[in-house]
Amino acid sequence: MTSIRVAETPLVLYILRRADDALVLGHRLSEWCGRAPMMEEEMALANMGLDLIGQARALYTYAGEVEAQGHDEDALAYRRDERGYKNLLLVEQGNGDFARTMLRQFLYAAYADPYWRAMTTSRDATLAAIAAKAEKEMAYHLRHSAEWMIRLGDGTAESRARLERALATLWPFTGELFEIDTLDREVIDDGIGVDPDSVRDTWTATVADILARATLTMPADGYMQKGGRNGRHSEHLGHLLTELQYLQRTIPGATW
Amino acid sequence: MSATPDPGEDRRAAAWRIAGAVTDPEIPVLTIADLGVLRDVRVGDGPVEVDITPTYCGCPAMNMIAVEIELALEKAGFGRPKVNTVLQPAWTTDWMSEDGRAKLKDYGIAPPPKGGGRRALFGVDTVPCPQCGSIDTGVIADFGSTACKALWRCNACREPFDYFKCH
Repeated sequence: MTSIRVAETPLVLYILRRADDALVLGHRLSEWCGRAPMMEEEMALANMGLDLIGQARALYTYAGEVEAQGHDEDALAYRRDERGYKNLLLVEQGNGDFARTMLRQFLYAAYADPYWRAMTTSRDATLAAIAAKAEKEMAYHLRHSAEWMIRLGDGTAESRARLERALATLWPFTGELFEIDTLDREVIDDGIGVDPDSVRDTWTATVADILARATLTMPADGYMQKGGRNGRHSEHLGHLLTELQYLQRTIPGATW
Repeated sequence: MSATPDPGEDRRAAAWRIAGAVTDPEIPVLTIADLGVLRDVRVGDGPVEVDITPTYCGCPAMNMIAVEIELALEKAGFGRPKVNTVLQPAWTTDWMSEDGRAKLKDYGIAPPPKGGGRRALFGVDTVPCPQCGSIDTGVIADFGSTACKALWRCNACREPFDYFKCH
């Protein structure tokens, strides 16, 4: 089925960027279904994935309303090409092992939790309402993933080595959390969006505290990868979208 | 929720009662009125309109609840009912009725503490066992069988139990 073209006004783009983060990370977590190391984590990963996909649905629906071109949540999720996706590179990175998945969740939740909390005072009532739910959900994700950071980092030689490897792999994707462009700036200046810089100190403090308790060293900031917010992705997103969009691209409008 | 002498209001009260009696498919002892999910019912000249609000963003029960409300209202003679999802104000476990909390406990699920808000999310350190009432309990898993529940265990009677998380 043909791809849609989205009228990317600053606000539409701002909402899509957040919706894409939630959908892509939620989809990544869903890939753990039936593969988690234990039953409790099977449930936890699925539940966190469900929260994120729920957040994505609400955000896509709203983006479609703001865009007013007749695109619903399904059109926005299933009929945009890779370049149309504006998520952070961090959330599209592959699951790797359990340590890497949990670290990715931790790094994102430590950001999304204060981000959504700040959004609850947005001048935009719908975004504030979605944020009021999302911030509580992300608080649970943060607590859960932080506990795993401590358990794995301060655990066995094997769990520690895996988490250290994950940290080295994912750290270059954390700079993008705080990237904004002039379009985001416009939405922030309107009192609608949240400036990620306003949660940077909170994020840094949370990560430093948990890594210290995990007896791990916080990596120094070196070269940071970016591009996701403008649709320039790593090789991983295309594979993810192929699976995510396959059915709707093959049998347009399929329902059950 | 109380009916007034206004004839339009009587129909509304009836629609509210019928819609409110729809149960949560995951926790069948709770109605959507108990949960605080039912937000408004409007009856005018046209079809009856019902507003519901999601509990968790990704709660899969919401779609089913909407369908069941439509079915229940149609069965009661309200033609072509319409169910809207409203996001504002955001649902909290504080909206759960006292009756609902008692029903949850009888069903074997520890109800959420009153007084939502962020502190309550993490301030909970004692959850009384819904079976024996002991406060000697501990968490097994933060994420349980549904998005709204965690799995706990009672150290006194040794029974595991679900705890409806504060939200």
